[in-house]
Amino acid sequence: MKIVNVTHGSFYALGAYAAASITGALLAKGMPPSLSYAVLLGSALLVSVIVAPLIERGILRFMYAKDEVVILLITYALFLILEDVIKMIWGVNPYFIAEPYGLLGSFDVLDLTYPYYNLILVGVAIACGAGLAWMLGSTRTGKLLVAVIHDTEVSRAMGINVDRMYLYTFTFGSLLAAIGGAFTAPTVSVVPALGVEVIVLSFAVVVIGGLGSLPGAALGAVMVGLVRSAAIHYLPQAELFVIYLVMAMVLAFRPRGLFSIAEARKI
Amino acid sequence: MAAILDAQGLNKNFGAVTAASDINAAIERDSVVGLIGTNGAGKTTFINMITGYLKPDRGRIRYEGRDITELAPRDVTRLGICRSFQIPQLYASLTAFENMLVGIGVVLRNAGRGGFFSRGRALVPGHDLPAEDVAERILERFGLAEYRDKNAQVLPGGVRKLLDIALTMVAKPKILLLDEPTSGVSAEEKFVIMEMIMAAVRAEGATVLFVEHDMEVVSRFAERVLAFYDGRIIADAAPEIALADPEVKRYVVGGVLRA
Amino acid sequence: MSRDRTPRTLGLILLALLVFGQFLPQWTLFLVTVALAKGLVVLGLMIMLRCGLVSFGQALYYCIGAYAAGMLGRLFGASDVFTLMLAGMAAAGLVGFVLGFLLARYRSIFFGLLSLAVSMILYGLLVKTEALGSTDGFHVLPSTLFGLRPADAWVRYTVLAVAVVVAFIAALLVHRYLGTPLGRLAPAIKDNEIRVEYMGASARHAIHVKYVIAAALAGLGGALAATTVGHIDPEMAYWTTSGEFIFITILAGTGNVIAPFLGALVFGVIQTVAFGISPNTWQMVLGGSLLVVIVFLPNGLWSLFRGRKLA
Repeated sequence: MKIVNVTHGSFYALGAYAAASITGALLAKGMPPSLSYAVLLGSALLVSVIVAPLIERGILRFMYAKDEVVILLITYALFLILEDVIKMIWGVNPYFIAEPYGLLGSFDVLDLTYPYYNLILVGVAIACGAGLAWMLGSTRTGKLLVAVIHDTEVSRAMGINVDRMYLYTFTFGSLLAAIGGAFTAPTVSVVPALGVEVIVLSFAVVVIGGLGSLPGAALGAVMVGLVRSAAIHYLPQAELFVIYLVMAMVLAFRPRGLFSIAEARKI
Repeated sequence: MAAILDAQGLNKNFGAVTAASDINAAIERDSVVGLIGTNGAGKTTFINMITGYLKPDRGRIRYEGRDITELAPRDVTRLGICRSFQIPQLYASLTAFENMLVGIGVVLRNAGRGGFFSRGRALVPGHDLPAEDVAERILERFGLAEYRDKNAQVLPGGVRKLLDIALTMVAKPKILLLDEPTSGVSAEEKFVIMEMIMAAVRAEGATVLFVEHDMEVVSRFAERVLAFYDGRIIADAAPEIALADPEVKRYVVGGVLRA
Repeated sequence: MSRDRTPRTLGLILLALLVFGQFLPQWTLFLVTVALAKGLVVLGLMIMLRCGLVSFGQALYYCIGAYAAGMLGRLFGASDVFTLMLAGMAAAGLVGFVLGFLLARYRSIFFGLLSLAVSMILYGLLVKTEALGSTDGFHVLPSTLFGLRPADAWVRYTVLAVAVVVAFIAALLVHRYLGTPLGRLAPAIKDNEIRVEYMGASARHAIHVKYVIAAALAGLGGALAATTVGHIDPEMAYWTTSGEFIFITILAGTGNVIAPFLGALVFGVIQTVAFGISPNTWQMVLGGSLLVVIVFLPNGLWSLFRGRKLA
């Protein structure tokens, strides 16, 4: 969408919190744990479908004409607001929602005990990535969206409802973030700092992968994940450093990331 | 006469597209050369390579005997080769006057003047006047005085073109590359504008290469014509001869030229 | 061209604060000094914003300046305000010089979040370092000036006086810098980097220089803040601190070197009031205020004084 969206992190946090509290509440009411996975997904859907359109229609819609730096600051301001809203609704104490994680148990691979839940995480991630790629490339809406991203004026002139496209994009993007948060919730303690942490990491992923490239993002995510885990295992203090080291190295050889999309000729 | 600019064996491919195929051109000092060709023929690529924005896949470019092929645009500019753009490259949020001041400021800085530790009003090298006076003068010479305090983004198309060219004059270039100086200008005004530009430019004693689609402008102002087609130079001669060339007629001009 | 009234205005403010500061109550002195410290950081951010670059992690240098000042006190017993401020500036400037090689290559979101990332790395490091007090941080020695220890009642004024003088000099220097060719290159870089290159200047080099200046100013402010508040902790490198600086920058506008200090003062007042009413919703108030300023006062407070930007 050519919008730099800091609010994305907020949706990740919202997804995590919503998932944690809704799943926790339903489990306490006697829901069978096997349904918790659907609830995770449902919470993410709920929270993004309600909040994202509110933000997009209510505030962002009026700001698209502004400078890109200003839009960045606006999404940053929204992020700040949402941080406190989350704290107000859910408090500052950590939430734990371990059932979906523990339910499936784990299996042994070589020396390591690997939880089955993580396979679900991977599965969800792959499904989302593939779904997004399919949607953008094969569905009518997806193709219209790509057109809008390239040039809004021409798209409008051709009769595409650009405003609605923006709404769909923002909501869908936020949904993906919320899903990420919701499915991560069972593996961590859900605390207010989630939003910022994920933004910083996502940034590393996007930079390494290259702006605008889906395969790049996927590859970047895998790399960051692997590097981070290796660091935590072997050199915990260097955890954050290592990622930025990788980023710096990738950028030294490919300044626009691993897979960058071609840029239109300027002069 | 020694060539001031010498391109030898330039080749440039963008994937399957050949933008330059064995381009050879020796430009003589103080000459006025017209570059003609259809869109996509490789004229702007040629200019982009000379100025360092693109690096040729093969070939070398020499300026006053010195190899400048690998230099970045800013270094090429500092050596005295300036260019204007097909789509005017201006600072949209600054006024015409401020646009000029930025350019003049850079010239001052490259000459080591007007910096943090300097005293008084620095004189711009080549013009021997303070920055503001140089800006006023150049704006006047291009007929832009009335647009002095208007933001670049609200200027009409032809005016933007002129401002873009005016900006190139700040550094007193030895070679001036003008990319379609009269595009976006109405037919009646083309000659007037071109006269103004050439008078201002030639007064400084510069070698000029200009890209142009209007053949009447070309025959009127160019001493020599380089015709491009499909990345090659298909004609290199005086305008009368080049424009009468059958290949040029076929690929560039398209039919009979009305004199 | 209008005559430059900024140096004169700065001088008047300097005199006013030095003279009347002696009669102000302690809490006002504190507020003003903190405003000066933050104003210094924002002065640097203003230079960057003129190029179109927003640093989301300027707190990095603020924190480095503070910790440098604190460490000098801890290791060498140094408590001279000037020395500490200079040390903070030097330390931050040095780090800025090194990091600048990487950061000056990037623009917009890349630049913003890279800077955020680095500041969060420092935060993480400090939190894990027991020797520096981990999350609690440590205290700073009471300030002295050129070897003299002022009487308790006069400490705040002394620090204010030093702060005002340093801020005055910094503002004056930055003002002069903004009038030089490199300084004037900022809006050009923001609008059209290709043109900048084709004029014969290196945008990357210009940005590197500005980045170092901004880092040094932030370090200066951080050291000052450390001396005034008397305490240093890792929170100074946290993203929320950077958020406050960004807010002040937008609130102030980029019109003039006086604006950052004005903005910081107004911010201090807003912060005090907001905390008095509802301490737990500070981020929300900050975010909401940022939105309000962006929509209704896009060129900041300074645009209320002047229609267009001055210099």
